[in-house]
Amino acid sequence: MNRKYELVYIVSPDATEGQVAELHGQVEAVVQRLGGQIDKTENWGRRRLAYEIGRHKEGIYVLDVITGSGELMKEIERRLKVYDTVIRQLTVRVDEAERVAGHKRTTRTEASRRRRVARGLPPDRQAGEGQRGEFEDDRDDRFELGEDLR
Amino acid sequence: MGGGRGKGGAGQGKGDGQQRRPMFRRRKVCKFCADKIDDINYKDTKLLMPFVPERAKILPRRISGTCALHQRKLRVAIMRARQLALIPYTGE
Repeated sequence: MNRKYELVYIVSPDATEGQVAELHGQVEAVVQRLGGQIDKTENWGRRRLAYEIGRHKEGIYVLDVITGSGELMKEIERRLKVYDTVIRQLTVRVDEAERVAGHKRTTRTEASRRRRVARGLPPDRQAGEGQRGEFEDDRDDRFELGEDLR
Repeated sequence: MGGGRGKGGAGQGKGDGQQRRPMFRRRKVCKFCADKIDDINYKDTKLLMPFVPERAKILPRRISGTCALHQRKLRVAIMRARQLALIPYTGE
């Protein structure tokens, strides 16, 4: 069963470019060996940490989006733990969340289109039409009089 | 959508002759419902920061007006961001 994971790891700021690349190579090798696939890699570069980890105040962030099995992620985590250049890592499963968010978005646009059609309007919003969207009532800054007017 | 919790101490003082002066209170609306943000991402520090003021505690729902569903998601996102040192656990 293939799932989608996001792996973020923080490399110690003293690590050289080469070390970061090597680490990424390691991850890649494991992914390949266990039949996974790297969908995306992002290097956020050097960032300030919100708090000190060990004695570090900065870290090099690397994000990998990986499709694969749970065992694969387990193996990667285990391997990253071995390196002391990796000061923090986090794996998050994202496929389910993405699916839910996508579904929500489509149902919302569909509902809004249906409503618009029912009102005899074209399904999509035209340019220059209404400046605050269709849920105007939800987001206005009107003041409320106690509870009785709810 | 936007289960506005326009509550407060408004229910007291009922029954005395004095007319309850209408308390002007801004209607609170869940930011994530209003902006239609379905996915509260832990990497989006800009989005999360307003919900962790100075002491870096998570802002309670009664103050931020976030709806239950989104508060729950927000909490998870904040906790993840904290693990990655994107957001502090404590204030200075």
